[in-house]
Amino acid sequence: MTSTPTASGRPAGNGAATATPSDRLASDKRYKIIEATMRRHGYQGHGLIEALHSAQEAFGYLDDFTLRHIARTLHLPPSKVFGVATFYNLFTLKPQGAHTCVVCLGTACYIKGAREVLAAIEAEYDVKAGGTTRDNQLSLLTARCFGSCALAPVLTFDGETIGKVAPSAIAQQIAQRLAAARQTQ
Amino acid sequence: MPRTLTINGQEISARSDQTILEAAQDANIRIPTLCHLDGLTDVGACRMCLVEVTGSNKLLPACTTRVQEGMEVRTDTERLRAYRRQIIELLFAERNHVCAVCVANGHCELQNAAIAVGMDHVRYDYIFPRLSVDLSHERFGMDHNRCILCTRCVRACDQLEGAHTIDVMGRGAKSLIIRDMNVPWGESTTCTSCGKCVMACPTGALFKQGSTVAEMVHDAEKLAFLKAARERKVWNV
Amino acid sequence: MNLEELNALATSERLAQAKKRHHIHVCVGTACQALNSEQIAKALQAELKQRGQRNDAEVKCVGCPGLCSLGPLVEVESRVNGQATTGVPEEDRRRSVLYQFVKPEDAAEIIAHLDGEPVKRLETPLDQPFFTRQTKIVLENCGKIDPERIEDYIAAGGYQALMKVLTEMTPQEVIDEITRSGLRGRGGAGFPTGLKWGTVAKADPNAYPTNVPEGIQSRKFVICNGDEGDPGAFMDRSVMEGDPHRILEGMAIAAYAVGANHGFIYVRAEYPLAVKRLRTAIRQAQRAGLLGSGIGGTAFSFNVDIRLGAGAFVCGEETALMASIEGGRGTPRPRPPFPAECGLWGCPTLINNVETLANVPPIIMKGAAWFAGIGTEKSKGTKVFALTGQVAHTGLIEVPMGISLREIVFDIGGGIPGGRQFKAVQTGGPSGGCIPAQFLDMPVDYESLAKVGSIMGSGGMIVMDDSTDMVEVARFFMEFCMDESCGKCIPCRAGTVQMHRILTKIQEGKATQRDIQILEELCDMVKHTSLCGLGQSAPNPVISTLRYFREEYEKKVNGGQRPEAGSQKSVVSGQKSELEVGSRESESSKPTAHSS
Repeated sequence: MTSTPTASGRPAGNGAATATPSDRLASDKRYKIIEATMRRHGYQGHGLIEALHSAQEAFGYLDDFTLRHIARTLHLPPSKVFGVATFYNLFTLKPQGAHTCVVCLGTACYIKGAREVLAAIEAEYDVKAGGTTRDNQLSLLTARCFGSCALAPVLTFDGETIGKVAPSAIAQQIAQRLAAARQTQ
Repeated sequence: MPRTLTINGQEISARSDQTILEAAQDANIRIPTLCHLDGLTDVGACRMCLVEVTGSNKLLPACTTRVQEGMEVRTDTERLRAYRRQIIELLFAERNHVCAVCVANGHCELQNAAIAVGMDHVRYDYIFPRLSVDLSHERFGMDHNRCILCTRCVRACDQLEGAHTIDVMGRGAKSLIIRDMNVPWGESTTCTSCGKCVMACPTGALFKQGSTVAEMVHDAEKLAFLKAARERKVWNV
Repeated sequence: MNLEELNALATSERLAQAKKRHHIHVCVGTACQALNSEQIAKALQAELKQRGQRNDAEVKCVGCPGLCSLGPLVEVESRVNGQATTGVPEEDRRRSVLYQFVKPEDAAEIIAHLDGEPVKRLETPLDQPFFTRQTKIVLENCGKIDPERIEDYIAAGGYQALMKVLTEMTPQEVIDEITRSGLRGRGGAGFPTGLKWGTVAKADPNAYPTNVPEGIQSRKFVICNGDEGDPGAFMDRSVMEGDPHRILEGMAIAAYAVGANHGFIYVRAEYPLAVKRLRTAIRQAQRAGLLGSGIGGTAFSFNVDIRLGAGAFVCGEETALMASIEGGRGTPRPRPPFPAECGLWGCPTLINNVETLANVPPIIMKGAAWFAGIGTEKSKGTKVFALTGQVAHTGLIEVPMGISLREIVFDIGGGIPGGRQFKAVQTGGPSGGCIPAQFLDMPVDYESLAKVGSIMGSGGMIVMDDSTDMVEVARFFMEFCMDESCGKCIPCRAGTVQMHRILTKIQEGKATQRDIQILEELCDMVKHTSLCGLGQSAPNPVISTLRYFREEYEKKVNGGQRPEAGSQKSVVSGQKSELEVGSRESESSKPTAHSS
C-alpha cells in the first residue's frame, strides 16, 4: 500500500541512463511535442495538466526526468507537479506493456458481469488489474465507464472497443489480437 | 462595519471580514479545529469546526464562513459533538496513532481533541496501513503513520517559507505528504530546513530528531507571530 | 459572418441537401463506431459510387439516434415522390426507414432498395414506443446532422439564436428569457439556470483578488461542464459527439448574457471522439466568425478552449473542476464564495452542464413560454437519460419531465428481458439512489425523485431486475466513491473507507446488527459533514437500499458476536495503548480496504 518509494526505487528514464539532460531533451523528438503544448499555454502553470497529457501520450507514462523537465519549464514546484500527476487516474508513473486492455467497471457493465470478465483475464494472463504481465506484453487496467453502456460489458484493447464480451470468450479474443500484433511486427 | 451575532446564545460583536471562528476566538468561545492554524489560509478540510447556523440547512465550517449581522451560531450541540467524535474516531482508525509511543504524546492536537470529545474507544476497524518513517533529514523526521493530512505543513511551507517543498500526492485514503518529487526529505533540493512544517504539525507526524516519547513540543504560535511580523510589521512577543 | 451571411449559407446548404432524394444517416457515435459503423459508411459510399447514383443520394455520418442496443444503426430518409425541387422539401412527403445491426456487407442491399421496398430483414419500426414516446429538444439534431460540418448545423437553424441575442436582445433580456423558461441545471442539483446567470451577470469582477493568466482577455468566464463521470451515463457524450455546435452556441449566448469573453469546455479524456468533434467545431466556428472577436459583426467577443479531465470523478464538482482547469489537483473548496462570485482565477464564473447549455438555443428561438409549456410545474422541459442495465432497449432517450418511470422502463425501454421481474431503477449514479417498484408510477422530476431518496442526477438510469443483489449495488457505489474521494476532508476520505469495509463484511457474512447501526450512523455523518457533493451524497446508495431493501441486509447479517475485539480498545490513555501495539501487528497482514 502506501509507502514512500525513493527516487531510485522508481523506473529509470526513457533514454540512455548515461545521457545528460540536455542531450536527452535534444535527441528525443517527443519532447518537442510536450514543448509545443506548454508553449500554447504561454508556459504558464495552468497548462500543467495539458502538458502531462502530452507527455503521457508521447511516452506512455511519466517518468521523473520528464516531470522535472515540465516543472522547470512551467516554473512550478516539483512537489506540485508530482502531486497533480498522481492525483489523476489517467496518468501513470510506470511504463506500460506493449498492449493495453482496459476493462470498464461502470455500473451497466458491472451488473452485466464485468467483474467476471476481469477475473477471467486476470486468471488467463496471471496479472492483476493495474499491472503488466511479466513479459511486458499486456497491461490490464480498469476504467469507470466509457459511456458505451449499450455494449456492456465493454473493454478496450489498444483503444479498440470490444463490446458484449463473455468471460468464457474474452481470453481468446485478446490472444487473437496479441497474436495479430506479433505478426505485424 | 461591526456585526452583531450570537454564539451559543451569547451576544458578541465582530468585524465584517471576520470568520465565525475568529469572532468566537475573540470572545473566548472555543471551537475545535485541526486543519486551522493562525497565520495560514483556511481550507475547511477537517470538518471539526462545523457549526449550526439558524436558517442554514447545512452545517457550516466556522473557519471559512464569514460572520453576518444577526447570525445565530451554535457550536456545541449534541449533534455536533457526535459528529466530531466520529471524525476523531475515523482519524484514529485510518492510520497508526499509538499515543503511548509517540514523540508528541501530551503535546498533540489530535490527542487533545480525542480527550475533548470524550473518545474512549474506536468503533471502526483499524486499517493498519503500512507507512514509512522518513529519517533522511539531519534534523527533522516524518512519520506518515501519525499524519492526519491536515496540510498545515503544506501551507506553512508554501505561504510562510515560500519554498513549496511539500505537497500531497495521490488521492483519497492513499494521499501522502511528499517533498519534491516524493524524494526522501534529506534529498530535497528545495527544502530550506527552516522547520516551519514541524512547527505547524498538529501531531507527531513531523518531529525534531532526537526527541523521545512525549518530548516533542510543537511551536505553532511562532507561525502566526512570523506572519504578523512579516506582513504587518507587528511583533507580538 | 453576420445574419445575412448566415441565412444565405443556411439557404444554400438546404438547397444542396434538397437536391438529394435519399439521405442515408450512419451513426458514428461511440457505441456504433465500436461496431465498425465507419466501415458501413464507406461501404455505402462505395456502393453509391459504383451504381452511379451519387447525385441523388448522400451518405452522412451522424451522431447517436439513441437506440444503441440495436446498433450499428442506419437511417434512410427519402423523398417519396416527385423531383428535386428548388425549395425546402415538405416534411410529409418524406419516408424514413431505420435499419438495425447493419454490417458493411449489407451496403449493396440497402442501396439496391433505396427506391423500392425497404430491406425487411434489417428494418426496425420507427413507430415503436422507443421513438414515439420521446420529445426531442436537446437531441433534435443528434442522428440528423453531420457533427463535423458547421454548414449542416446552420442549415438546421443553428447559430440563429446567437444572432438573435446579439442583434435584438440585451443581456438582461436574455437572462429574463431563460429565467421565464424555468430551465434548471441538468447536471444534477437542478439549480434555476436564469438565477445563476443573473448572479454572474451582476457579480463584480474586482470583488475578490484575481490572477488571470497572461493572454486571456476576460474577467468573467463561462465553463461547460462535460466531465460526465457517473458510471452508466452518456448523455453529455452523445450531445458533444452528435451536435457540438449547439454547445458552442449555448455557451456564446450565456457568455453574452453574463458578460464573459472566454469559455472553457471541460471534457473527460475518456471521451476522445467528443474531444475531437468539439475541437473541429471550435475551429469551424472561429473560421466562420461565430466565435472569436466581433461575432456576427457586433462588438461581442468570445473564445472557447477545451480542457481535458484526467480521470477524476470529483472534478465534476464545480470548485474541483475549476482547480483542475487552473492546472492543479482537483480538490474542492468550501462554498461560499460561490463560483458565480469568485470562480476561475478569482473571477465570476458561470458553470453549466452540457445538457443545460444545449437547451439554450431552442429557448431563445422558440421562446420561454414554449419551453415552460413542456414538463411539470417545477421541472420544465425535457430530460435526456441514458437507459441501461437489464432493460430490452438500452440507449439514449429524451422525455418530457413528469413522465412516469413505468413509461420509461416498460414502454420506451421495452421492459425487462429474459422473463425476469423489475426490481429497481438506479438514478443519479454514485450520488443517487435505487427506486423500487412501488414508485414506478411516480412522475420523473427533481422534487419527486428527491422525495423517494434519489436525485435526478445527470441522467443515468440503470434498470435492475430481480437477480440484482442490492447490497452489492451499494457496495459497488461505495467502492466508487472511496476510490474517487479526493482525500481533502476527513469524513469522505476515511468515512467511505469504513462504510465500504462494513458493506464488504456484510457481503462476506461477517457482519452483525451492530455493524448496520454503525453503518447508518456513518451515512448520516458523512452526508452532513463532508466538504463537497461527492462526500455529501456518497451515502445515498446505501441509505436508499437500506430504506427499500433492508431485508436483504438483514438476511446477510448473522446474529453472532462481533469477531474482532481489537477495535474496542482505548487509544488515548497511555497504558492500554501499549497493549494495542501487539494486537495491531498481529493483524497487520490483513488486506486493507482500499486496494483497487
